[in-house]
This record gives sequence, C-alpha cells and structure tokens, in this order.
Amino acid sequence: MKIQLYLNGRRIEGEVKSDTMLLDFVREQGMKSVKRGCDTGNCGLCTVWLNDKPVLSCSTLAVRASNAHVTTLEGVEEEAAEFSRFLAEEGADQCGFCSPGLIMAVLALKRENAHPTELEIKEYLSGNLCRCTGYQSQWRALKKYFGVEEEA
Amino acid sequence: MKKMIRNYVNQPVVKKDAASLLSGQPVYTDDLASSSCLIVKLLRSPHAFAKIRSVDISKAMLVPGVEAVFTYKDVPQKRFTLAGQTYPEPSPYDRLILDQWVRFVGDPAAIVAGRDEECVNKALKLIKVDYEILEPILDFEQSLDHPILIHPEDNYVGHEGQGTDAKRNLCASMVHEEGDLESAFAECEYVIDETYHTKAVNQAMMEPFATFTSMDIYGRVKITSSTQIPFHVRRIVAHALDISKSKVRVVKPRIGGGFGAKQTAVCEIYPAFVTYMTKKPAKLVYTRQECFISGSPRHEMEMKVRLGADKEGKIKVIDLHTLSNTGAYGEHGPTTVGLSGTKSISLYRKLDAFKFSYDVVYTNQMSAGAYRGYGATQGIFAIESAVNELAHKMNLDPIALREMNMVREGDRLTNYYGEVTNACALDQCVSHVKEMIGWDEKYPYRKVGKNKVRAVGMAMSMQGSGISNIDVGSAQLRLNDDGFYTLLLGCSDMGTGCDTILSQMAADCLECDMDQIVVRGVDTDQAPYDSGSYASSTTYVTGMAVVKACQKMKERILDAGSNVLQCPREDVSFDGKRVYSIKEESLSMTLADLVTNLQAGADDVLAAQASHHSPVSPPPFMAGAAEVEIDLETGKVTPIEYVATVDCGTVVNTNLARVQTEGGLVQGIGMALYEDISYTEKGKLRNLNFMQYKIPTRLDMGKVRVDFRSSYEPTGPFGAKSIGEVVINTPGPAIADAVYNGTGVRIRTLPITAEKVFMGMKK
Repeated sequence: MKIQLYLNGRRIEGEVKSDTMLLDFVREQGMKSVKRGCDTGNCGLCTVWLNDKPVLSCSTLAVRASNAHVTTLEGVEEEAAEFSRFLAEEGADQCGFCSPGLIMAVLALKRENAHPTELEIKEYLSGNLCRCTGYQSQWRALKKYFGVEEEA
Repeated sequence: MKKMIRNYVNQPVVKKDAASLLSGQPVYTDDLASSSCLIVKLLRSPHAFAKIRSVDISKAMLVPGVEAVFTYKDVPQKRFTLAGQTYPEPSPYDRLILDQWVRFVGDPAAIVAGRDEECVNKALKLIKVDYEILEPILDFEQSLDHPILIHPEDNYVGHEGQGTDAKRNLCASMVHEEGDLESAFAECEYVIDETYHTKAVNQAMMEPFATFTSMDIYGRVKITSSTQIPFHVRRIVAHALDISKSKVRVVKPRIGGGFGAKQTAVCEIYPAFVTYMTKKPAKLVYTRQECFISGSPRHEMEMKVRLGADKEGKIKVIDLHTLSNTGAYGEHGPTTVGLSGTKSISLYRKLDAFKFSYDVVYTNQMSAGAYRGYGATQGIFAIESAVNELAHKMNLDPIALREMNMVREGDRLTNYYGEVTNACALDQCVSHVKEMIGWDEKYPYRKVGKNKVRAVGMAMSMQGSGISNIDVGSAQLRLNDDGFYTLLLGCSDMGTGCDTILSQMAADCLECDMDQIVVRGVDTDQAPYDSGSYASSTTYVTGMAVVKACQKMKERILDAGSNVLQCPREDVSFDGKRVYSIKEESLSMTLADLVTNLQAGADDVLAAQASHHSPVSPPPFMAGAAEVEIDLETGKVTPIEYVATVDCGTVVNTNLARVQTEGGLVQGIGMALYEDISYTEKGKLRNLNFMQYKIPTRLDMGKVRVDFRSSYEPTGPFGAKSIGEVVINTPGPAIADAVYNGTGVRIRTLPITAEKVFMGMKK
C-alpha cells in the first residue's frame, strides 16, 4: 500500500506492506542513523520521533506514520549539535552504534522537560542501552547538557 | 634519546571519527551494503545433537526469488576453525561450513539466499530435514570420556601441543607445575579448598554480527564485515572455501562494538560461500536472537582452587584446576583457559610452589569464543574469591592480606612464562582504592535500615598487553603534498578509539598537528599486516609499530632534506614543519615544499613502514572495590558504588582510557549480578532477547569512579601498557566478597542473584 508522510520535514510517498516496520522503512529511505539492535523494543537504538514523540521504530508499523511527521537524527542536525559535542568531548561516542537513538531520546526529553532531575533523566533514558561506556561518560555529557547538579 | 614530545599523548583527545558517528553517518556494515545483495539466512537445527539423514530442498527452490539453497552436500570437506588467531592456529579444525552433524540448537543445517527476506523466510520453512536425533551432552562436568562423542568425524584436526583428544571430547588439556606442591601445602597453617563456577555470558555488543560480500572487479570475493580480525578472516574464509588467500579481500568499516565476539568469524563464511557459488552480492545480518543462539560467548569454567598460607598469612602455594566448556566447537578453547591460570596466580608473589592444570571439553551448546578478559576474568573470580576467603578464615583485613602478598615491580611473575614485571603500580592502586571507597569506615558492613546492610569487598586484576612473540602490529606512513601523512593500519578500531590514539602517537612522534595525520582503517588489500584487535594489543603492539614507522619516516625526511638542500646529512634537522641546516640559516625548506620537490621529476616519494612484535606481554594491573546494599529480607543486591584504580602504564588518551574502564566495570557488574546464559534440559537456549538476557541499564550500577596510577613500561610506546581487558575482572570477586561481608553468605557460582543470597541466608 502507499503511504504519504513527512520524513524530516520533507513530504514523501512510499510503498509499504501491512507488516513493514517503520525502522525498515526509514532505513530504505536512506535514514541510516536509525539502527536495529534487538527487534524486541529493549535497546532504544531505533528511536525516532513520530509527531515529535520518541517511539521505537522496530515496534512501530510504517503505516502508523501515514500522514504523520517522522523525524530521525538526520533531520535535527542543528538541534543535536550541542549534546553531540558534549558526548564527543567525554569520549562517550565509543562505537557510536547507540548514539543516534540516545541523542533522539535526549532531545525529546529536553523538549518535554528542559530542567529534569538526575533521576528523571536516567529513567527517561533507561531504555537506551549502551554496552561500551557503562553510561558514565554519557552521564557527564548529560549533566553538562541539562545543567544538573549531581545528587550527593 | 631526545625527550618525546607530548602534545597529544596523555590528553583527552576527541575521537577522530566522533563527528561522523554522532551525526549518524552510514558507516557500519549494514549501512553500506548495496540493496542488490541477496539476503542470506540460515536454517538452524532444533536439536542439540543430530545427524542429518537427508535434506529435501525441492520445494524451497521453487519459491520465487530464491536463488540458492545449500546443504552439507554442497560445501568443501576440509575442516577449519572460526577463531581469529595467528597461524598456526591453536584452535582445532572441527568445523565445516555446513556439517552432516548438527551439534547444538541453532547449528546451521542449510543456507538460503534470495531476493528479499520474505522469500527467504518462506523457503526456510519449506526445507525438510530428516534428522537422526542423538542424545546430547549438556553438562560439561559429564563430557570428558563420555561414551557419546561430539566430534566422531575422522577428518577432525587437533593441533600439536594443545592436548587435544576428540575421542575423549577433549578440546585441550595441560598440566604445569613448579616447586613441590604437596610439601608446600604440608607447611601451611591455613588452606582454602573450594570450587568456583563462572557462567557463559554474551558480549551483547550493540551492533549484531553483520557481513556483506561481492565479487570484486578482479574476480575475488570481497568481504565487508564487522570484524576485529580482517586478516584472520581472509585466511579463515580462504580455508573454508578451500581457495587461495589471494582470492579473498576483507574490508572493515566502523564497528558497533566487539568485546571479543568479533574475534571469531561468526557469520562471514555464509555470505562469502553464497557469493563464491552464485557470483552475486550477498548479505547476512544476524538478528539479536541469532547473536544469542549462535554467537561466541565467554567460556563457562569451573575452577577448583587449593590455596595455602603460613600462620602470618603469607601465601605459599596455589593449586588451580580449570574445567572449561568450549561448547560444540573449539573456537578459542585451548587458549582462553590458559589465562585462567596465568593472569590469576601471577597476582601473588614468591610462592613456594604452584600447579595449574586444565581440561577443555566439548558439549552440545553453542561454541564459546573470546570475550574481554579471555579466561582471566574466570580465573580471577576464583583466585581472588579464594584469597578473600583466606582473609576471613584468618580474621585478616583482605587489603592487609593483599599488601603482604601482591606482586611488586621487579618481581618475576609467578605463572607468566618467566617474565619479570618492569612496571607495576599495583600497590599504589590497592592503597588508592582503599582510600577512594573509604574502606576503613565501611569494612566489613554497616546497617543502613531495619533490613538493609551496606557492605564492601575488593579484588585485584591483571591482564596482558598483546600476546608475546605472536602478535604483530604494523603501520605504514605516507608523506603527501602539503606535508600531511596517511597512516595505514591493520588493526581494527571497534569503537575503542585505536585509530585516534595511534594518530595521537604519530602526531607527537612527527611533531605535527593531529589534523596532519589521516588514518586509514583496514582493507586487507592496502593495510599492512596486523594480527588484529584483541588480547589488549593495539596500544602496546601496534602503538610501537607506529612509533617505529615515525622514526623511519623522520630518517627519510632528513635524507631527502639533505639531498634537496644540498647539505651534509648530519647538519640537517627536522622540527615537524621545516627541514633545515643547523649550520646555515638560509638552508631551510618547509615540509610542504620538500614534498612538492619530491613529487615532481624526482624518484623519492616518501613512505615508511614498520612492524612490531614483543617478546614480553607486560601486564596492566588494577584494584577495584564495590559497595553494595543487600536487602536482608529478599537477598537483593544493589550496587551503590564501584571504585577502581588502574595501572595501564602511560595513559595515552585520558578520556578513552577512563571510558574503557567504566565500560569494562559495568560489563563486569552485569556478569557478577545477573548475566547468565542458560539452557533447557533439551539444550535450548533460554536467553533469546534482552528481556531474557539482562545487561545493565543506566539505572543499575550506582556510582562508578575511576582513577589511574601509572607505572612506565619501557617496552611500550610512550610507556604505555594495555587497558581494554584488565578492567572487567574485579567486579565478580569484589561484589561476591561484599555480599559475604554483609550477610555471611559466600556465593561461589556467578551470577550473584537475590535467590542465591536469600537461600544462603536461610541456611
């Protein structure tokens, strides 16, 4: 079936099957920042925005994006620049495979809640797994980005 | 020697690839694969052990879009190993691309390639395999000399010196003894005699195994793969296809994590075989479930430890026997087990005697492989737990017992090929960790509520830096116009940042900006040979190759400068930007001008190559301490804080070394507390996804603090040793001892689950 949607602000038309996942659809459209890490909605690597809300694209049918706005990291380059720089300065990119999904979740949090607490940040991002960093360097970048004081 | 310049070494330099990784550029294997690739999938055995009587592929072949279906009848009959290790390979040749025997639930029985996933999935369902179901061996303690043989085939090849005997289900075995063991025990006042058990755990790197293949313009199989071992993959695939190595080319793009998983050629042979047979491009990307079912996890090990000390607490003798479970195939079986003894016993100095022996056995579970720590993690859990038990038996502080017994700089390492440690700040690491955690205030435990206690525990760790006399690292430098350099490397940056740290070294050696060093990752057609990124080797081994290549390059620049400036060689100097005469000020030329000169009408385009191996493998050391909270009603263990101090020699990149440490500690915490690969009684894996195999999330590890105490390793680049693996080894024994200190319950089998602690407290 045909769907029409806005992908990173650009109106596109695509041919999908009823069981095509949004993850596969956006990758086919060239948005390769969106990664597949698990298929079971556990790892957060495939996080994109559907109408500005973060969703796991591995568990979202492409047809659900019909007439909606889908945003991937490719579409928020400028908004992502500051947090990405903080990650880089901490060496928190490491293998980089989880970074796009993490960045999409972090930007969504910032839009929802510009001044979250430490626990709010960690809970919001608990579905974004990373195996390289042990999360500590990401946390240092997050503290800078959100301007949070660490709880004693 | 001129003092080494350090503008970049020992600095928090940002990774060279950070911008592209953090903007989501298409740089990983699956991002780069052409849409014309055939999709490759594997039909996997539902049985733990079976012999295939026949396979009917006729219906599968009729599915529109299906290009090929292969069974055991289609593949070369020469056995090989998938372990990525330097030739001659220690791991036995016990594999075929497809075998008539399937030896674990998930072992491939057929390969299907087709236009898209849909047709391939359909074809997989239409293949009819007639299995003769055999009784499996699922308990590794029962495997040795069992009447059932997991490798009954007559073309099995074991390698000399490994103690292999397939007719006993024995992948490898060895006994090594120094001193008079029994008389040493006879003199001991205290003896610990216990058995410790560590489970198989999955690396769970975020990027699954992925490979795509095509025929290149010269009719060779080109493999693009997420691998730590491009040169070994070239050899392994050539062996598997039984073709010349000149017909295989391997390219490594960015890698989404490896941790050893990708030191085995887990999935490369299947698309390579499809492309070789069909001449069409092919792609295989494992699902997460396949990464769990048929990955290359840590070897499960059971370690019997006897450890004796005199009445003051001086450790006199250690007897360690390790039984290792290599699963259905022997990848890394003969080698991981060795580290369970070399990297554990050697933490303790001046023993009167020791014995280290092992058996590595086959079972009908997925093949184990390499995982960060590579056997040391297992051995250190056993030995460090035993030493903690000794401290409690003697009523001594575990840190005081360490201070009395731990290895010191200048010691001949106890079980480490006779090597002497040139650089060891373990004593400083231990005392610093003691301070960081507030040991004296917190040991052994504090009550923090009606039913809660907080307790501390500690452990030490060591690893190697490359494999002595085996690992080879190489670097090639080319000087280009404008005076920038291309640095060609054969080691694999898998996210660790070795492309960056090796560029830092090159920039300091050549006295130039980092931007002047263009680093090029691996293509086996272009890169100089490197054994690969494993065994904590890139900084130490390939780093020295880079230092040597830079020295050669400087010599060549001076030679060329002498020619072009027409002044005696001994009067020419180079400061990174200019070549000039130290005698005559007017004789001077920028490096860019020198290159311009050499690239027009001259025959001296400057390049330099160097390789390096090391006769020693200097151990990095560390100490780690855990504070955990234990719920006395439920047995739940919650990490509060983990502190670590590491001696990796000179820290080359202060950010990346810290991140390595933090990441390794958290993986170790996962292994200590919940990661556990387990099977049903029929041999089916229980952990098929991240719901059934939990790795730490950012809510699970409490605070983590890391510091460094650096020794200076004279054989390493800029005094560096290694860091990648040493950092994963302490959480198991440290947390186990913290749990003991809080509850009196001693957990000797990982992971330390609430259930085990609760049941222990009820006793």
